[in-house]
Amino acid sequence: MTFLTQLLNGLQLGSIYALVALGYTMVYGIILLLNFAHGDIIMVGAYISWIVMAKLGMSPALAVVLSVAGCTLLGVLIDKVAYAPLRNAPRLSILITAIGVSYFLENGAQLVFGADAKVVPAFISTSTIKVGGVSLSLNAIITIIVTAVCTVVLQLLVQKTKLGKAMRAVSEDMGAARLMGINVNTTISFTFALGSALAGIGAVLYSMAYSQATPTMGIMLGTKAFVAAVLGGIGSIPGAVIGGLLVGFAEVFVSALGLSVWKDAVVFLLLIIVLVVKPTGILGRTMNEKV
Amino acid sequence: MALLSVKDLHVSYGAIKAVQGISFDIEQGEIVTLIGANGAGKSTTLNTIAGIVKPDSGSIEFKGESLVGVKAHKIVEKGLALCPEGRRVFSQMTVAENLQMGGYTRTDSENAETLQVVYERFPRLKERMNQTAGTLSGGEQQMLAMGRALMSKPELLMLDEPSMGLAPILVQEIFDIIEELNKQGTTILLVEQNASMALSIANRGYVLEVGHISKTGTGQDLLHDDDVRKAYLGG
Repeated sequence: MTFLTQLLNGLQLGSIYALVALGYTMVYGIILLLNFAHGDIIMVGAYISWIVMAKLGMSPALAVVLSVAGCTLLGVLIDKVAYAPLRNAPRLSILITAIGVSYFLENGAQLVFGADAKVVPAFISTSTIKVGGVSLSLNAIITIIVTAVCTVVLQLLVQKTKLGKAMRAVSEDMGAARLMGINVNTTISFTFALGSALAGIGAVLYSMAYSQATPTMGIMLGTKAFVAAVLGGIGSIPGAVIGGLLVGFAEVFVSALGLSVWKDAVVFLLLIIVLVVKPTGILGRTMNEKV
Repeated sequence: MALLSVKDLHVSYGAIKAVQGISFDIEQGEIVTLIGANGAGKSTTLNTIAGIVKPDSGSIEFKGESLVGVKAHKIVEKGLALCPEGRRVFSQMTVAENLQMGGYTRTDSENAETLQVVYERFPRLKERMNQTAGTLSGGEQQMLAMGRALMSKPELLMLDEPSMGLAPILVQEIFDIIEELNKQGTTILLVEQNASMALSIANRGYVLEVGHISKTGTGQDLLHDDDVRKAYLGG
């Protein structure tokens, strides 16, 4: 394996973590909730792709559209049904609810689809392209480009649009945002929709890389993306991307050294180091307690 | 018809009854002030009118329309803005973005116009438009909070403790601005601990004591009332 291939693998894996981490960080940024069900939304997205392509025999393009749409709807629905009624409840209640939603989705999927892995068909027929005599994984290149585009679009949306600014206002001071005439519930729904759409895109990219869907696939993926978000500084969009790439590189690097049994451990070791050295994460701001 | 009419308003936080049956009116073009000690229910009254807190009972009518049960973000659309206690500017957003949030319920073309008016009124804000609000001084933050509230083009502007924590010279400046705004047609409901300043610019005032109104009169009457002087004006 050449260095270039490994670099590409790291970027590919890191990009997927980054997309998922973005969803964690956005939801945390606005309602201070660690949405533990976020990883499971990706699992549902992978199953949607499997149904569309393997069961219904329809086109990969349709699978992409339906996976992203399905995840978006699911994310908003989870917020409306499970989290919105607890908006004024203590944070611990809503955190426990998130864990409950996560178990519900995992066990629901197991009930409906069974515990065995389903094979998600390939989205694209050619798997490699040759660049200057080196053959590179097309999946990896697509993943990296899609993630880069999503990150830039998201950053523009949050920084420049009226709705994006409303999201920032709500995340800073929900009460003051209300006094501006901002509909806080709509803004929170929009945040869930955005984060879950990214999870949907992540689901497609993950299925492209690993070609299978299992009811528990979201657990490790979600946990690592959560680590990525914390590494980068939870609440920060660029931080989530940096954290995601770091986690991806760390895993690939350790695997390349022949220590692949340690790849999960290394990710969590990285988390421990960052939490000891800089508890707010790489780009995290010190939180001011609201008086 | 009064612009705002509050009748027999009761508000509680759990078991604590913060407001116990207060009634007052504000006519178009007036400056009305609610004064009283800490915990008298002044801020609660404003927050209830703004739709942030739900009343137990009583009526709140703005331009003849009931506001009870109307969501806070809809109340802003109707022309009623609250500039909250402690300013609560969005400290990580720029001055310009804060003002844009203030005009959230208005169209872009309306906002472009109002923004000019606000920048004329507060030239300091224009100078600092690209600075994040957290880097402003206390006085500038108060101006930003007021400018932000004005962006929604309110007919009635409610100000909660606008002078809190400001140097005396700035307090004077803020009160001058309030009078100016009123002269240009904005009706003002002012809540203040600085009772003498508030009464000196107010047409009328209400004295709140533990959840009910104990006295009412013109600003000048209350300013010279013996009980009010003893209790709130230090003399």
